[in-house]
Amino acid sequence: MSQFAQSSDAAALASTRPPRRARRKFNVMSILGTTPMILTAVGVFVVCIIFSFIWSFTNSKLFPNFNFVGLDQYYRLWASDRWNISVGNVFVFGIWSMVANMVFGYLLAVFMDQRIQQEDLFRSIFLYPFAMSLVVTGLVWQWMFDPNLGIQSAVRQLGWTDFQFAPLTNQSTAIYGVVLGGVWNGVGVTMAILLAGLRGVDGEIWKAAKIDGIPAWRTYLFIVLPMMKGAILTAFILQCTGVVRVFDIVIAMTQGGPGVSTQMPAIYVIQHITDRVNVGQGMAAASTMLLPVIAVLALQGILQWNARRKKEKAL
Amino acid sequence: MTSEALSPSKLGASGAVEPRGAKPKKLTIARVGVYAFLVIAALFFLMPLWVMVVTSLKGLPEIRLGHLFNLPAEVTFEPWLKAWDTACTGRDCNGLKPGFMNSLKITLLSVPVSIVVAMINGYALSFWKYKGSDLLFGILIFGAFVPYQVVIYPLIIGLSKVGLFATLPGIVIVHTIFGMPILTLLFRNFFASLPPELFKAARVDGAGFWQIFFQIMLPMSVPIAIVAVILQTTGIWNDFLFGTVFAGRENMPMTVQLNNIVTTTTGVREYNVNMAATILTAAVPLAVYFISGKWFVRGIAAGAVKG
Amino acid sequence: MKKFAVVAAMATALLGSTAVHAADVEVIHWWTSGGEQAAVSVFAREFDALGEDKWVDTAIAGGENARAATLQRILGGDAPGAAQFNPGRQYEELISGGMLLDLTPLAESEGWANFIRPASISEACLVDGHWWCVPVNIHSWNWAWASIPAFAKAGVELPTSFDDFLAKAPKLKEAGIIPFAIGGESWQINGAFGVIQTSMLGLADREKILKDKDVELAKSLMPNVFTKFREFKQFADEGSANRNWNDTTNLVVTDQAGIQVMGDWARGEFGVAGKVAGTDYACLALPIDHPTVSTGGDIFLFPKQTDAAVEAAQLKMASMMVNPQVQALFNNAKGSMPIRDDVDMSLADDCMKKGLEIIKDPANIAVDAGRWLSNDTTGQMNDLVAQFWADDSMTVDAAVEQYVNILATAE
Repeated sequence: MSQFAQSSDAAALASTRPPRRARRKFNVMSILGTTPMILTAVGVFVVCIIFSFIWSFTNSKLFPNFNFVGLDQYYRLWASDRWNISVGNVFVFGIWSMVANMVFGYLLAVFMDQRIQQEDLFRSIFLYPFAMSLVVTGLVWQWMFDPNLGIQSAVRQLGWTDFQFAPLTNQSTAIYGVVLGGVWNGVGVTMAILLAGLRGVDGEIWKAAKIDGIPAWRTYLFIVLPMMKGAILTAFILQCTGVVRVFDIVIAMTQGGPGVSTQMPAIYVIQHITDRVNVGQGMAAASTMLLPVIAVLALQGILQWNARRKKEKAL
Repeated sequence: MTSEALSPSKLGASGAVEPRGAKPKKLTIARVGVYAFLVIAALFFLMPLWVMVVTSLKGLPEIRLGHLFNLPAEVTFEPWLKAWDTACTGRDCNGLKPGFMNSLKITLLSVPVSIVVAMINGYALSFWKYKGSDLLFGILIFGAFVPYQVVIYPLIIGLSKVGLFATLPGIVIVHTIFGMPILTLLFRNFFASLPPELFKAARVDGAGFWQIFFQIMLPMSVPIAIVAVILQTTGIWNDFLFGTVFAGRENMPMTVQLNNIVTTTTGVREYNVNMAATILTAAVPLAVYFISGKWFVRGIAAGAVKG
Repeated sequence: MKKFAVVAAMATALLGSTAVHAADVEVIHWWTSGGEQAAVSVFAREFDALGEDKWVDTAIAGGENARAATLQRILGGDAPGAAQFNPGRQYEELISGGMLLDLTPLAESEGWANFIRPASISEACLVDGHWWCVPVNIHSWNWAWASIPAFAKAGVELPTSFDDFLAKAPKLKEAGIIPFAIGGESWQINGAFGVIQTSMLGLADREKILKDKDVELAKSLMPNVFTKFREFKQFADEGSANRNWNDTTNLVVTDQAGIQVMGDWARGEFGVAGKVAGTDYACLALPIDHPTVSTGGDIFLFPKQTDAAVEAAQLKMASMMVNPQVQALFNNAKGSMPIRDDVDMSLADDCMKKGLEIIKDPANIAVDAGRWLSNDTTGQMNDLVAQFWADDSMTVDAAVEQYVNILATAE
């Protein structure tokens, strides 16, 4: 961490030894203090992932076993219409809900940043949906979207008798209905994080932009936004975990229907390891889901390592 | 280095929450636009809550007429009483109330435990790195993407081996485990945003791991801890999956009863009771949000967005 | 109830233990609605009346949730005393893994094999000569529920076959009635599909396809079934996509829809609404020219326990569940058919009496497909049929190809 440690790194580099950093010392108290983390990371996540991976090559049914069947589970997985549709859906859902969350969340944050009256009230209104579970969110929106009970029927009762708004009843629009429900639930948190990010930006920047005569909207979009990397990343990670695990809201809103048009990978995994009694197939799907995550994290790790090396070289 | 220099306020908590936008002068068209946008957005956010509340106050015959958004012609509190007190979940007809205490118990125990654990993690990851600590953190973040159900099997076996399966400590451990990735990220980012001089000065004074943690870091992390409390309270209170599996019969949370009431499969669907039950179940996290919304943004501003 | 005392004594004797104290038996089930709850209360009341033992109720709504909880708790060594399942193959591994209480001595001494009928019901529990579970009721899918006023309004008679229905459906539509009420859940769609399949194929060919997995026969016969099934879609309504089954039944109850193909549990909805069979609604046993009964239903498993007192109580509970008086009370409350013939069902409504007549002849039994197919295979078929129903661009050939493929890879 310290200046001193870094310069000793530089010295190490100069003598062509692999860079070692002084902070990576063995520290008993630190290890002791983080025992729960070590147990969770290794004992729960690593073990689970390894076992999921192993079981994905078996024909495990109700309970996991070790009768290996090679890649059979993966062949079946990728031959399944439902799985392929699920994979497509998680991308559609993920991209749309992230874009909507970020755009709408940033817009809200910017508008909230205009020295408005009743900021507390508005913030509470935008944030409260996050207090509702996704199951409740799904139920409420399913109801609002119901053609005979919800928005459509309400508008028709007002006199617009051929008004059409029932996204969940149609295969091609159902997924966007789910996106809307998800955004309603989560955009408040995105707004809060981005608002915090906005207010963390140095005030001098604003003054400078003003002096240069840059209009406010350009400042928000091209100057301030790139400076909020931390806030954006936090919001992004929060949303990513929600997208990969998306389950409750779909079950509550559409149960994966109409047909299989809003199925998601997590539902596939869960149904197979529970009610369909095919743990092997479920684990193959779970392992497949984790691959892109591993890839992204590994990429990030390499980039970080590279950046550090460059920095050290520069010293 | 004076103590004032190290106070949270100096570190951006309150200083950073001032709006940046132009100071409003008069009621210009732009101002009207700002409020119009916010009000329309607020209506969109409030619409479902409105529907839930008015529906919960209507009788069933009125609900069948449609008119989703209308105020009840005749207000009845019957659905609320039923949801709380007499709605049946299986053989027991005690409404939501028995689960309320269980949810309270689980939440009150799990929230502090999971936050303290994550706080120590974040602290160690920022100031006391050891060989492999970054890798552990990477694995933890990875864990945030694992579908819960994949992890359940090994966890059941593990907890039953140590005799904690289907017990209150068992469910607390499970919530601690699943809350850990995001909370640790939160605290790590917060501690990383603190000036390193702070830590170095304490080290020079000869303070050790726990001393620095308790005397300097813990008091400073209040704003971010509030964010963690809000997130965890919501997550744990709304949990259904872990509750049914790990809490044991004696500690079944409120959401299990809500599910039993809402997904009833035969007979007339009592939408009004369902809505009342839903609002009642969400009441605690809702209250937390309305009371502490201000601290939420403030806490995030204090560090979660840096690093 | 003297008989129970005898059974209790016998259960104690079977276990060979002398002084058995009272025990709590936790029962996990998913019966959370009105009629279901009345039915499960019959069991609980009767069990508590037997003596010191207590029925401890754990209701978890949704079969999937409840079954998952049971399996996970067995895995965690905290098995409930009894758990509801559907007859099928889901618990095969619990049996082979030795996790269930063997009920054979009790079943043999009470002669379960002599009174539980039809055979396919006991087969669900009787594996390799051992009894592993207790069937408690029979639910049949093979029904259509028709609104008599709706057909009257359209000026047509009640249908005499599916083809006849399809011919009359446009008339219903013209009269502003939804001809074919169906919901959006895949099990509903697949259930209706199964009934249409049974009607078109007949029991023998159905068995060849689903039990013997005769792929060639499926190739030749299933295209017609899929083609016919698609014809129904034009007669369904827009709101079908997300509807649960009882809201769908409600369309028939309120004469907004013509017919719904749904299991016999739908009868309860008509009863609650005060409708009378024969004047307000008709229950058509399917296929109409040769009515059958499919043998779904509920069973209870008794996971092994370490406490001898609990085990004794489990046996008492198992015995209580097949008792004829309890069967009468339970099934009248549940709206299902009893698992034995010597039960007083004089309280039953006309529709159930119809079913009870049909079930007497073993030639009328359409064995529940869950006996032959694993949950995995059934699930794949559910997905396929739901997709076919929702996606008009999926051709019949493509659907048949997938169907055959599922059959060929089924275990």
